[in-house]
Amino acid sequence: MKAFTYERASSPEQAAQMVARTPNAKFIAGGTNLLDLMKLEIETPTHLVDVNSLGLDRIEATPDGGLRIGGLVRNTDLAADLRIRRDYPVLSHALLAGASGQLRNAATTGGNLLQRTRCPYFYDTNMPCNKRTPGSGCGAIGGVTRQHAVIGHSDACIATNPSDMAVALRVLDAVVETVQGDGKTRTIPIAEFHRLPGGTPNVETVLAASEMITGVVLPKPLGGVQLYRKVRDRASYAFALVSVAAVIRKDGGSRVALGGVAHRPWRVEAADARLADGARATMAELLADARPQPENAFKVTLAERTLAAVLAQARI
Amino acid sequence: MARVSLQVNGQAHSVDLDTRTTLLDALREYLKLTGTKKGCDHGQCGACTVMIDGRRINSCLTLAVMNEGRRITTIEGLGTPEAMHPMQAAFVKHDGYQCGYCTPGQICSAVAMLDEVKAGVPSHVTADLLAAPDLTPAELRERMSGNICRCAAYSNIVDAITEVAGGTG
Ligand SMILES: Cc1cc2nc3c(=O)[nH]c(=O)nc-3n(C[C@H](O)[C@H](O)[C@H](O)COP(=O)(O)OP(=O)(O)OC[C@H]3O[C@@H](n4cnc5c(N)ncnc54)[C@H](O)[C@@H]3O)c2cc1C
Ligand code: SF4
Repeated sequence: MKAFTYERASSPEQAAQMVARTPNAKFIAGGTNLLDLMKLEIETPTHLVDVNSLGLDRIEATPDGGLRIGGLVRNTDLAADLRIRRDYPVLSHALLAGASGQLRNAATTGGNLLQRTRCPYFYDTNMPCNKRTPGSGCGAIGGVTRQHAVIGHSDACIATNPSDMAVALRVLDAVVETVQGDGKTRTIPIAEFHRLPGGTPNVETVLAASEMITGVVLPKPLGGVQLYRKVRDRASYAFALVSVAAVIRKDGGSRVALGGVAHRPWRVEAADARLADGARATMAELLADARPQPENAFKVTLAERTLAAVLAQARI
Repeated sequence: MARVSLQVNGQAHSVDLDTRTTLLDALREYLKLTGTKKGCDHGQCGACTVMIDGRRINSCLTLAVMNEGRRITTIEGLGTPEAMHPMQAAFVKHDGYQCGYCTPGQICSAVAMLDEVKAGVPSHVTADLLAAPDLTPAELRERMSGNICRCAAYSNIVDAITEVAGGTG
């Protein structure tokens, strides 16, 4: 690990200032992704700003009937919150399908949204990777691509976003709230938060480097049957090959998003309207532009079958 | 370097550390509490599990400096060979190990996991998110999936935890 200096912030705005004024500084929250990557020298910040004691660990009601989740709420606490379990069960299910009990106790809402890809070539510093070292090429293309994207990718990068939580937030149309060093705040719909790789896969979100996530707002509850189904190589403690987050309502207004298939949670609003016609019709819309790699074409079939299972479960 | 005060198993310690030192390395190399084990050092195996303010975490993925003022409990703080914690005694009784390397992490994880169940935290296999979770073997296995046992003593570990949780064992 490269050497770094460390300081603790006392307000979100101050944290953003600290990161802004020190070159190559980063926020640290749970540390479960950042420290992992720092040990491998994939991330090499020279200064860390600890945001763990800023009072952003609460979940509170918003005036329009939704919830504001503090950026430092731990994944365990979010999944276990009674209001989330009752009114946004797809989010509880998605969180509980990810990582392990120990990791969820440390992982935060903001950190989870910014966790980096699990592409094995990104992790192997001997290999080229445009995400890790812009311009070096993509080691995955033509390599082992079982885990990689089938849609939305580019010739520069075929990585997927590994977050389960983000797929549920996408189907719920959550909104990310941020603050910058000058005190300016903004809200970013989750649909616009993560970027597709294009020619700059190293730029993964629309956030500025010193912009701090202070919270995530959930609109008022959608009702319906809410399910998250994750398919992976073992029954627990593994990243998704494919996952489906769905809100199924008898009166229309059903929604679906996919995880494990793209550089961001994958949702196409036009596909939502096809849910009443079944998995095949929905996938024809959702994955119409899929361009799988030779080794991961199975993901297209698997996604359809996983959605079919979700729709069957919703009918019971 | 940074001077860090750590509160471990009820005792205060003050150590001068490189900021890069993980909590795991601080416990083992500076405080000589070698019960907590280093397996993968990447949060994948659970051998380094300790409790911070009563919650289980991977001590390899947190920095010592981040844990100033927090209450840290390691396997040494749970019990001693003469006065074992009920979970330690149950692991001995049910032979919940072979080589023993993952055992401190398994035990710390199991103790904190039962508190999570008491607090009503659901798991991936909890069918009804609004009901109190049952302690079935499937629940225990899912909740303990962050602790890998290379000897695969899993079924004995489940028996040990079941006994402590009040089942038949
Ligand atoms: C073995 C293992 C298995 C896992 N399995 C899964 C899985 O199955 N599914 C899944 O979804 N995840 C999984 N994870 C990933 C885990 O969910 C993430 O590591 C975690 O959510 C990151 O949160 P954190 O608070 O620890 O982030 P950190 O590591 O602290 O930070 C991550 C990034 O976010 C930035 N950051 C943190 N907080 C803020 C903020 N408030 N504002 C701005 N920037 C911020 C940091 O600078 C850093 O770049 C796994 C991790 C491990 C180690
Ligand atoms: S797919 Fe993306 S992350 Fe993986 S090697 Fe290629 S550029 Fe890097």
